[in-house]
Order: sequence, then structure tokens, then C-alpha cells
Amino acid sequence: MIPAGFEYHRPADIASAIALLQQHGDEARVIAGGHSLIPMMKLRMADLSHLVDLQGISGLSGITIGEGSVSIGAMTTQNALITDAALAEAVPILREAALQIADPQVRYLGTVGGNVANGDPGNDMPGLMQCLDATYTLVGPDGERQVAARDFYEAAYFTAREDEEILTAITIPIPAAKGYAYVKQKRKIGDYATAAAAVLLGEGFASVAMTNLADTPVHSDAASAALAEGDVEGCVREALQAIDPQEDMRGPIAFKKHVAGVILRRAITKAQERAA
Amino acid sequence: MSKMHVKLTVNGQEVEGLAEPRTLLIHFLRENLNITGPHIGCETSHCGACTVDMNGKSVKSCTLFVAQANGADVTTVEGLVNEDGSLGVIQEMFREHHGLQCGFCTPGMITRAHRLLQENPAPTEEEVRFGMAGNLCRCTGYQNIVKAILASADALNAQKEAAE
Ligand SMILES: Cc1cc2nc3c(=O)[nH]c(=O)nc-3n(C[C@H](O)[C@H](O)[C@H](O)COP(=O)(O)OP(=O)(O)OC[C@H]3O[C@@H](n4cnc5c(N)ncnc54)[C@H](O)[C@@H]3O)c2cc1C
Ligand code: FES
Ligand code: FES
Repeated sequence: MIPAGFEYHRPADIASAIALLQQHGDEARVIAGGHSLIPMMKLRMADLSHLVDLQGISGLSGITIGEGSVSIGAMTTQNALITDAALAEAVPILREAALQIADPQVRYLGTVGGNVANGDPGNDMPGLMQCLDATYTLVGPDGERQVAARDFYEAAYFTAREDEEILTAITIPIPAAKGYAYVKQKRKIGDYATAAAAVLLGEGFASVAMTNLADTPVHSDAASAALAEGDVEGCVREALQAIDPQEDMRGPIAFKKHVAGVILRRAITKAQERAA
Repeated sequence: MSKMHVKLTVNGQEVEGLAEPRTLLIHFLRENLNITGPHIGCETSHCGACTVDMNGKSVKSCTLFVAQANGADVTTVEGLVNEDGSLGVIQEMFREHHGLQCGFCTPGMITRAHRLLQENPAPTEEEVRFGMAGNLCRCTGYQNIVKAILASADALNAQKEAAE
């Protein structure tokens, strides 16, 4: 399980990192925590000859709680999401979800930026960010731009990020809604979701997104609208229509749809209890 | 691919070496430095047998390039002994409570438990189980591992109190 050889770079600032990405084109990749990329490299499924490590760039990690929104640096680890008390107060669903990702060792190194940029439908943060209506900041040769999490995912491992762009931060509006839940069905600790649901619920408001039930995360406007009106059955029906699970080692399609319904109902119940 | 010069602190000592950037930290420790406490169980980031402490975090050294660890401060199970070379508290408690059978998972278990107890000196049984979820054991059924870690917490806290 040894990856193919590559040249290693540890630039000290964003401009140098982008310059490396421009210079080496699709031969180059950035590495954050490496806990999705290194397993892929070991399996020789990621082909690259230049690795650009972001750990030497200052200012890419940290959590800032502002007036109406929270900004999280891309290199902030999943462990930091769990241990930040102010964040748990402002956006508690983040901590609830992070606690269900992988295991302690993975969370010490795995970053939020890597989790959302990766594009693996199994990652938990993308669906959550869609539920929260987060915005990603991308920096590239032409400067900075913002992309909504809901517009970012195109297909498995294909996102709106250009090869020479780096995701630097995630901005999350602090939810007014008191009800929230991230519920995930997995076979064991450290497993990706068979199905997971993120729910926000408040006065006349709801937001619903699902994980690992299509080749992208699925945020459903129709399911959210139904739940906002208190129509739980309508919400589940719409969400099940929006997903498109594939058969794999986690089970056949019919089973996944069943689990998706169960998990979404559990998430709604939990969110309702917290909203009350 | 050309080799790069790496320099890190392992168990309190500065070490240097030449390695291909793709060398995994576990291979560098075991093959270049002859530090064979950290084990290779799965090499796929699942079992935790390769766990070492890096800059105050428990990490799986099979999922980290030595290039990424360049400049880091690493502690392995060998670094957790007392100054006189006798078994450290957690090591002693694993022995006393029969927290191992074949011993293959043990270096990873002890290194992870070390960090867990640094962060949470008085954990509940549930917190120990959750905090140890990245380490697999095929022999013990975990019962005695949990016991050994809870006993370590008590012993370490008693030691701290006595010192005050
Ligand atoms: C045993 C195990 C279990 C796991 N279980 C789960 C789970 O249950 N749920 C889950 O969500 N994840 C899981 N993961 C994945 C883990 O959370 C990863 O850490 C995460 O997906 C990627 O973050 P990273 O920092 O490690 O990124 P890396 O592996 O370094 O990078 C991943 C990809 O994103 C790109 N990238 C990284 N950062 C940036 C950036 N700032 N800008 C642009 N591109 C970037 C890289 O080029 C690469 O293509 C698991 C991993 C392991 C090893
Ligand atoms: S050898 Fe590293 S996790 Fe199994
Ligand atoms: S004691 Fe044998 S694997 Fe744990």
C-alpha cells in the first residue's frame, strides 16, 4: 500500500500554492489532512506527481463567530469543530455531525475544507453545509469568488472548484431556527453513511438535506417547504423522490430508500423536540 | 523520485534522515529509525495499530507522509516509559489489568489512551469507549482495555495529587 512517487511542496502562502497549481496543472493536487487523499493514492486511484501541502499557510484555520454568521477556515480540523464551545453554541448541528465522522484519529487531521472540497458523496459535511446554506470562498489566479454549497456539487468528485483554485473558508449563516439534528445510519464507527439526514427546523422554516443517497448531496426545496408547513409525511415523500441511491456493499436500492425514510423521520423528530 | 531531507523529534530526540516524500511515517519510524513499537495492522487507516502522538494529536502513522511530518514532534509507545526505563503508568495498568492478549494492538491503544487522558483526565467508561473508537483489537473484547484505561486515569490523578 505504497503510493506512486511525487514531489512534495509546502508553500508558505496562498499565492505560491496557486502558482504551483498553475505550473503543474492536473499533475498537482493540494493536500490538507490527507485522510481522503492518501487512501486514494495508496489504491493508485489518485494520479498526481506534485503534492501541495497547505499546512504551512497561516490564516487558513480557525473559527470566527460574527454577528449573523460563522466563518470557518478550510484547514480547521474536524476535532476543532467538536471542541469549540462557542461554535457548539452558535451552530450546534456542526458538532453533532462532526462527532459522527470517522474516529478520533481521523478527526484530529481531517479538515472541514478537505471534507467539503473532496466531492465524495459519502462525506458528511457537504449535505450539512447545504442544509445550513453555507457559502464557500475559493481563491484562484483571478482572485476570490463565492460559491453556494447548494451549487457546488456536480457529480461524484466533480465540483464547481477549478483545478487551480483553493478553498479557503466556509461561511455559515447562524440559524435562527432552534430545531436541528444530524442523524446518520452507519454499519460501524468509522464508516460512511448508509443514509444520513440534516434537518433545521424553526417557526415556519425548515431545511432538509441528505447524505450518500445520490452522487451528490441532496438538498430538497420541496421537502424543506413541506416540513416548514408541518407536513412530515410530505417532507419524507419529497426527500425520497429527490434521492437516487445506487446499490453497493451497503445494500440494494430499496433498502437504502427505506433507511433514508427512517433516518429522516428520526432527524425530524429530534429537531421538533429541540425546537419545542 | 528524489529523496528529501527530513528532520523531526521522536521521543524527545532529534532525528534526521533521507526519505522519498511518499514514505509513510510508519515506514520511516520502523525502517529508518528502527522504532518498531507502532505496528502495521491494516495499512488502510482503520485499525489504529500504527497510532502515534504527533504535535499533541493521536494520528494514524500509516495515513501520513513523512514529508507532512517534517518538523513535527512525535511520541511512540517507546516514549511513554518512565525516566528510569520502567513501564509508564498506562503501560503498567495494561499489564496489571490484562489489557492485552497477543499485544499487537497494544502500542496503538496505549499511545491513544495517553492523549485521551491528557485531554480528559477523568473520563467515564462511555467516554473511554468513544475516545478509543479508532483502535481495533481482535483478542480482548475491549473489556480489560477499558478497565486498564480507567485504572490509569485513577493512578495518574493520584500521582498528581500526591505531587501537589
Ligand atoms: C477510516 C476513515 C473513516 C472516515 N469516515 C468518514 C465519515 O464517516 N464521514 C466523512 O465525512 N468522512 C470520513 N472520512 C474522511 C475524512 O473525514 C477526511 O479527512 C475528509 O474527507 C477529507 O479531509 P482532509 O483534510 O483529510 O482532505 P484531503 O484528504 O487532504 O483532501 C481531500 C481532497 O480535497 C482536496 N482539498 C483538500 N483541501 C482543499 C482545499 N482547501 N482547497 C481545495 N481542495 C482541497 C484535495 O486535493 C483532495 O482531492 C474518513 C476517513 C477515514 C480514513
Ligand atoms: S495500520 Fe494504520 S490504521 Fe491500521
Ligand atoms: S491484544 Fe491481540 S489485537 Fe489486541
